[in-house]
Amino acid sequence: MEKVITAKDLTKKFGDFTAVDRINFDVQKGEIFGFLGANGAGKTTAMRMLCGLLLPTSGQATVAGFDVYKQNEQIKQNIGYMSQKFSLYEDLTITENIRFYGGIYGLSNDRIKEKTAQLIKQLHLEGQEKTLVKALPLGWKQKLAFSIAIVHEPAIVFLDEPTGGVDPITRREFWGLIYEASARGITIFVTTHYMDEAEYCNRVSIMVDGRIDALDTPANLKKDYSADSMDEVFLHLARKAVRTGD
Amino acid sequence: MKQFLIFVKKEWLHIWRDRRTLFILIWMPIVQIILYGFALTNEVKNSNIAIFDQSQDLASTTISKEIAASRYFNLVKNVHSIKDIGATFRQGKIRMAIVFPVNFQYDLLHSNRAQIQLIADASDPNTANTLTNYAGAIINDYQQSLNQHEQLPYTIKTQVRMLYNPELKGAYSFVPGVMALVLMLVCTMMTSIAIVKEKEMGTMEVILVSPLKPFRIIIAKAVPYLFVSLLNIASILLLSVYVLDVPIVGSLWLLMSESTLFTITSLSLGILISNSAKTQQTAMFISMMSLFLPTLLFSGFLFPIENMPLPLQIISNVVPSKWFYIIVKDVMIKGLGFTSIWKETLILVGMTMTLLGVSIYNFKIRLA
Repeated sequence: MEKVITAKDLTKKFGDFTAVDRINFDVQKGEIFGFLGANGAGKTTAMRMLCGLLLPTSGQATVAGFDVYKQNEQIKQNIGYMSQKFSLYEDLTITENIRFYGGIYGLSNDRIKEKTAQLIKQLHLEGQEKTLVKALPLGWKQKLAFSIAIVHEPAIVFLDEPTGGVDPITRREFWGLIYEASARGITIFVTTHYMDEAEYCNRVSIMVDGRIDALDTPANLKKDYSADSMDEVFLHLARKAVRTGD
Repeated sequence: MKQFLIFVKKEWLHIWRDRRTLFILIWMPIVQIILYGFALTNEVKNSNIAIFDQSQDLASTTISKEIAASRYFNLVKNVHSIKDIGATFRQGKIRMAIVFPVNFQYDLLHSNRAQIQLIADASDPNTANTLTNYAGAIINDYQQSLNQHEQLPYTIKTQVRMLYNPELKGAYSFVPGVMALVLMLVCTMMTSIAIVKEKEMGTMEVILVSPLKPFRIIIAKAVPYLFVSLLNIASILLLSVYVLDVPIVGSLWLLMSESTLFTITSLSLGILISNSAKTQQTAMFISMMSLFLPTLLFSGFLFPIENMPLPLQIISNVVPSKWFYIIVKDVMIKGLGFTSIWKETLILVGMTMTLLGVSIYNFKIRLA
């Protein structure tokens, strides 16, 4: 299998505080990789280093085969990103948001039109093309934000707690979209603290206090910790945490 | 380039959707032009003057000495021709010139009537008025001292000429002031807020992850405000010509180019502020404190800079609006050409380059 993300002893320090402590992992092409951890465990920091938003303090990492220290520009061409904060423009309409994000990734006008029509149909937003994004319910906003994050068909998409505050039904629909993208060959790197979502992932890593304490398929993890659910696995590991939430 | 245009279009949509702010941006200059129309009085000290003494006799030198000794005036030059007076005014070295005709004392003593001409730079009408009044009072004193022992009074007639602004309209000085103020406000405050808003909303993160170059992001955010500013300049100029009867004496093309330059200076300042501000409130506060107030205080538009203590006069030099105010006054009201304002223009260009360079260099490509 082709590795699209590699991290070797990746570390980030903010002053004396070590947010991410020598983490090691690989992500395979087309995989849905769950990046779990309690609040403040260092998930977002690790993800930001991979996206080029933060420079690592030490260690190595490659994304889509490019080095995070030197090949930031090439990495940017190959990834999509959905931040923890809502990342669409509330004062723009649905189509305007699609056009903007498609445009900054250099899609042609025809391609943008095609994509817009496709997304509107996929998300059942027919007739709402000219609605301002702020008028949409949160669940739809999140689904739209995800679809826009992969509008340029990146090799990898990074999702930072994409389903925070969303109801269970919408979360399920959201994961439907993730599976569809994964089936098209897009690698998914997703952080979450919903353990039911962890079950949807091919493999998960669990971060505790900046370190990766466990990394395997959900089934193997449950076996290793003789637990019935991912919830139990997580509680078992997270209890050791010294840090409290951010 | 296409990515850049798409970004500009998006910025424009932000402005367009926020109708209330757009409304304020467009009406503010109009309201201000009308508000500041009320006269602002100011006392004048140590104003630079020149004297053209064609008779060089006892009476003229006595008056010259009295004037030069007063705290209101500072004699910087003795000129030797009418042409020389014009040139000295254009260089901006003096605010008033005093002309003694040939045979001043002879006329005064033999025909009991003599004339003195006072020529003042009335592009700042309040100052011009005050200066001629002060000079008139000193001449009057001299006249009275002569007349103490005489039965037939000697009279000196002062003839006042107001250069550039013969009707002493207050509007002549506040139009350039409002232009500086409005451009500073629209460009600096609005750009800094627009950039910081993206940081606050979290959209900046997503843009930084995209392949857009930081330099392009910055410029794209500033471009729409450049257009709003040009619209403001146009509305101020139209109002001043057609409502306030303040004509544009100099070249309109030069005036517009200089205004564009100043707009770019203000935009760069806005970008610089947005680099350090984390919230929209902070951006607004920094803009207000570091730009809006200094523009009011140090551009020379409300308070004459020559009256300020030296340290403040030095500080005023770093306020870009001061230079823009001088430029607009020179071009619009005095009708001077580029040769007279190249120094101020150069200063603004230098400030712009520095600010833009620093802000692009400091623009954070990463989050921490």
